[in-house]
Amino acid sequence: MTTSVLDPTNEQTPEHRERAQRISSLQGATIGLLDISKPRGDVFLDTIQSLLEKKGATVLRYIKPTFTKPAPVDLRHEISTTCDAVIEALAD
Amino acid sequence: MGNSRPELADGFVVFVKRDCPTCELIVPVLEQLCELNILRTIFSQDDASFPKLPITSDDTSLEVSFSHRIETVPTLLKIQDGIEVDRTVGWSQEIWKAFLGIEDLGSENIRSYSPGCGSLSVDPDLQGMLQKKYGSGLVSREVTFASAEDEFEAMYDRGWSDGLPLIPPTIERVQAMLEGTSRKPDDIVALVPPNLVDLTVEKIAINAVMAGCKPEYLPVVITALETACSDEFNMHGLLATTMPVGPVFFVNGPIRKSINMNSGMNLLGQGNRANSTIGRAVQLTVRNVGGGRPGEVDRATHGSPAKYGLCFAEDEEGSPWQSYAQDQGFSLEQNTVTLFPGEGPRMIVDQLSRSPDELARSLAMGIIGNVHPKLVMGFDTILIIGPEHASRFAEAGWTKEQVNEEIINHSIRETDELIRGANGISEGLPEVFAGSTLPKLRPDGGLIILYGGGAAGLFSATIGGWLSGDKGSSYQTREITL
Repeated sequence: MTTSVLDPTNEQTPEHRERAQRISSLQGATIGLLDISKPRGDVFLDTIQSLLEKKGATVLRYIKPTFTKPAPVDLRHEISTTCDAVIEALAD
Repeated sequence: MGNSRPELADGFVVFVKRDCPTCELIVPVLEQLCELNILRTIFSQDDASFPKLPITSDDTSLEVSFSHRIETVPTLLKIQDGIEVDRTVGWSQEIWKAFLGIEDLGSENIRSYSPGCGSLSVDPDLQGMLQKKYGSGLVSREVTFASAEDEFEAMYDRGWSDGLPLIPPTIERVQAMLEGTSRKPDDIVALVPPNLVDLTVEKIAINAVMAGCKPEYLPVVITALETACSDEFNMHGLLATTMPVGPVFFVNGPIRKSINMNSGMNLLGQGNRANSTIGRAVQLTVRNVGGGRPGEVDRATHGSPAKYGLCFAEDEEGSPWQSYAQDQGFSLEQNTVTLFPGEGPRMIVDQLSRSPDELARSLAMGIIGNVHPKLVMGFDTILIIGPEHASRFAEAGWTKEQVNEEIINHSIRETDELIRGANGISEGLPEVFAGSTLPKLRPDGGLIILYGGGAAGLFSATIGGWLSGDKGSSYQTREITL
């Protein structure tokens, strides 16, 4: 006796996406640093910024309005169009 | 829903498609059978002129193939009294001869065995359309468990469960569930996080079956999900946070009674089917359709038993005050559901207060501990006042607004006690708040007062909230669409 049931899931397999090209050098690269608004994320990113600048990168800073929601689509678009790579400060 | 399947005349019928090399191979056999008047009909799935014979019938709509569950072409059926009594799949000279009861069939030019191809009626790309048109009317993929598989174990193995057993969502059960709503199965209710996929009434019905709901609960489940997925409620944040919160919700209006929800003794506990399964259906839908699973996007550090689903009703009939929904401008005839981003409930005991003022002070003190006694204003609270506590207020003629205001007033604290480092505790408010006073709860909606619980017990129950407002989640009330 076999049972057939209806699939309770969204039936979507994850969409395959190509990874962005990795950058080969920090010299002259524009790196975005995204603070998700968690406590002391700024302290962490300040340190990252000075390390990146020593290696010749230009650093741009961004901040999410709240860590509880995904970054607004406009912010994501701005980062993706102005930066070569982005580093996000996750968690506390 | 669903159509009666087309009847077949008695005799032998065969299903073929031009795109199948086996079907091409046996065209001379089909011609022979046609000439001998042995075959009644040849149903052709992809070309009504294949093979070119008077008995060839157009099934390019795939209605007949789908309705008779043809999985392979060629398939030969024997029909007696309008019912299929036997079938053979693929081409085998020996089997066909025996099946048809004839001595001679085929020729030396035709190889004696060929397995055939998949029927177009089982093409995965066409399943949704065919199910909708000729089947159950539902478009979800059918998952068939192997005969040796235990269906309950199989559902666990597929990751559909919250840890408790599920009712198998068979087509029949899902169809019965859908009778509970006037909405169509393909209505899109929301984009469900975290994967932000379309949430249809059909998918909700499937998860509601699994949760153990009755069809008449479905409207509550649908409206609760619609509300949960609103930007203001921010279900994504509730999942992603490390705090132990989920959508806690309560129902107002006549539907509470018609679906037998519990608003009295043990209203937050086990034992009532509607309370237990409605909340669970919401949680299972977010898990299965949205992809919000613990350990993945759900990052709760400790979680809470309330995350299995915490749903209850307000006791409107017993309350000395008007209902919560009436406070929000709804009438007693309207059904509403209110979603609150909450953790598990906690009891506040006060068996000694006799005056309303001392009880308000006492309840305020009970709430001060929510989240952390030194954190104020950012977290809202539900307070379910039990009948014995409520009577203290009612006998003194206090309105609900007055109770709310007094509890918040009595929660006001000296901020010097709350700032970071005060009382030897680092946790607390930033230094800039020193030298002032602040209430535990924001005065403009930080406290939701409900009435409910059993007749005996000088207790109330509090449900602490998550970050309130735009930075987190705003609790929401919506009218239930039946």
